[in-house]
Amino acid sequence: MHAPAVTATGRDLRLDLFRGIALWLIFLDHIPSNAVSWVTIRNYGFSDATEIFIFISGYTAAFVYGRSMAERGFIVSSASILRRAWQIYVAHIFLFVIYVGEISYVASSFENPLYAEEMSILDFLKQPDQTMIQALLLKFRPVNMDVLPLYIVLLLLFSPALWLLQRGHAIALSASVALYVLAWKFGWNLPAYPEGDWYFNPFAWQLLFVFGAWCALGGAARLGSFLNSRITLGIALVYIAFSAFIALSWYLPGLSGFVPSWLEEVIYPIDKTNLDVLRLAHFLALAAVTVRFIPRSWQMLQSRLLEPAILCGQHSLEIFCMGVFLAFAGHFALVEISGALWMQVVISVAGILLMIATAALLSWYKGMEGRKAPMRPS
Amino acid sequence: MPMKTRFVTKLWGVAFAAAVAFFAAIGVFSAAVAAERPPCAVPDNLLFSGSRLNYVSAAIAGQRKLTIAVVGTGSSALAGPDGPPSAYPARLEAALTQRLSGASVKVVPLVRSRQTGDVLAKGMAKLLSDEKPDLVIWQAGTIDAMRRVDLDSFKNALEEGIDTIHKRKADVILMNMQYSPRTESVIPEAPYAEVMRVVALLRNVPLYDRLAIMRHWSEVGAFDFYAAGRDNVLAQRVHNCIGRTIAALIIDAGRLQLFELKAGQ
Repeated sequence: MHAPAVTATGRDLRLDLFRGIALWLIFLDHIPSNAVSWVTIRNYGFSDATEIFIFISGYTAAFVYGRSMAERGFIVSSASILRRAWQIYVAHIFLFVIYVGEISYVASSFENPLYAEEMSILDFLKQPDQTMIQALLLKFRPVNMDVLPLYIVLLLLFSPALWLLQRGHAIALSASVALYVLAWKFGWNLPAYPEGDWYFNPFAWQLLFVFGAWCALGGAARLGSFLNSRITLGIALVYIAFSAFIALSWYLPGLSGFVPSWLEEVIYPIDKTNLDVLRLAHFLALAAVTVRFIPRSWQMLQSRLLEPAILCGQHSLEIFCMGVFLAFAGHFALVEISGALWMQVVISVAGILLMIATAALLSWYKGMEGRKAPMRPS
Repeated sequence: MPMKTRFVTKLWGVAFAAAVAFFAAIGVFSAAVAAERPPCAVPDNLLFSGSRLNYVSAAIAGQRKLTIAVVGTGSSALAGPDGPPSAYPARLEAALTQRLSGASVKVVPLVRSRQTGDVLAKGMAKLLSDEKPDLVIWQAGTIDAMRRVDLDSFKNALEEGIDTIHKRKADVILMNMQYSPRTESVIPEAPYAEVMRVVALLRNVPLYDRLAIMRHWSEVGAFDFYAAGRDNVLAQRVHNCIGRTIAALIIDAGRLQLFELKAGQ
């Protein structure tokens, strides 16, 4: 395990760092009833680690496939994007199989009359035909398994978006904003099973992915003077503080008295499915403050202290899947062994250590295969 | 090992030890708190809000008579011959009758299994036409979360149902889903609980946050919801506590303290 340097390809280690941290936070948030998830950012503002993950994924996808499209053409780069989407699809289905195994076991040993109604959800296990087909169609998705299907759809539509971004970045970004607005106005979303819509609406969340891609293809430089302005910083900090206050009022009832009802009327509900404007703005404010205070040449990025997070961020698809699996395993351990607080801490810490170990192992394999520093988008 | 590496390793070790010590301290503290508490105890901030139950106040102040309808799905009932008297609607009736001296309290369970909030909202007027309650406790969320009903439709259904009840001159208490650790990775409860919190806030009705209250009981060790017991013992004790805590909420939000039977009277 050696510290990854800023490579000749110009990879920005801040992306790996924050994606690695986002992966840890997503894992902590996905363990049900986990007290340790109090440390995650969703409790201190409108947005959460999902926004970070999708934005950085868009950024790195554009970084890698953008170069491939410029050098090798539309067809070749589109083919690699589609292969990536296929890999994620296979990973998703693999996780689904593990999930069905876990809940079948947890359910079969349980007949508490208090939960007669809740247990009837497991009836879907009695109709494997419907369940499996709907899962293969990405319409039936277990709890907390909504991010990968979103990612697949985003990648499927990424080649034309990337093509457009390279020809007219302003047009591409405007088109993305327009799609976001139209999805809000007309309620566009993909259907889910047994009913309802996708939990992460791809027509809304594409905005963050495309914006990440836009930043990677020169947008970040274009925003330079805007990001360096004190006014931007001031507004961002005020908004982050406001958002933290509102978020804390959900948990500290003493604070909710200070939130006037007209303000409640304006801000609620904060819609995660359609990437609420308040969430998007919160992510943008966090990003603006982060790039302002953490420069690309930050010394700590080379330190061993941050290396575990950077390593995880560099193998994000594998580590994301590992996190989903570990969250299932953690839930299993909480149910079958103990749900006590010490157990939640043990599971959280052990899970993150396993994610780091897996990332280190993947780097080791990569080193063995004689390849350079990671070039993959996710 | 180079100096810097050793330092960093040590730093990680210290951070890890500090985290473990911190959570161990919380564990000891919460166990100590649990030891002193009666089993149904709930912190005030989980139970009480600023929302008022004006029709309830009027009914008790006027005719000393209170009719409550519990509209909900399966988790508002218990199966078996001893189910109905030990489910929370009956326990609520007993607790209120005991605490409100001289008042006649009737709690009518109107349980409709496997119905979403939308179906219940559409049928609300008809459902309530016989009883004419002063207060409706609307337990919702479980079926909608299980079927993954669109969150917007769920929100609209709740608002429609609450407006229907208000038009019939009755108060509403919303009640969300049970804390059910075994099915947490199957039923996406959190977004539906969030919608219920927001609707309660916007419509200014009290929310009986069953999810948070039961989670609190689990955290302080009052109940073990992970247990796989097949008898009704746990279910009956939990429903009893739910009934008693809703009674406390109704007395607080309806400002009925004046009518309470004082200890020793």
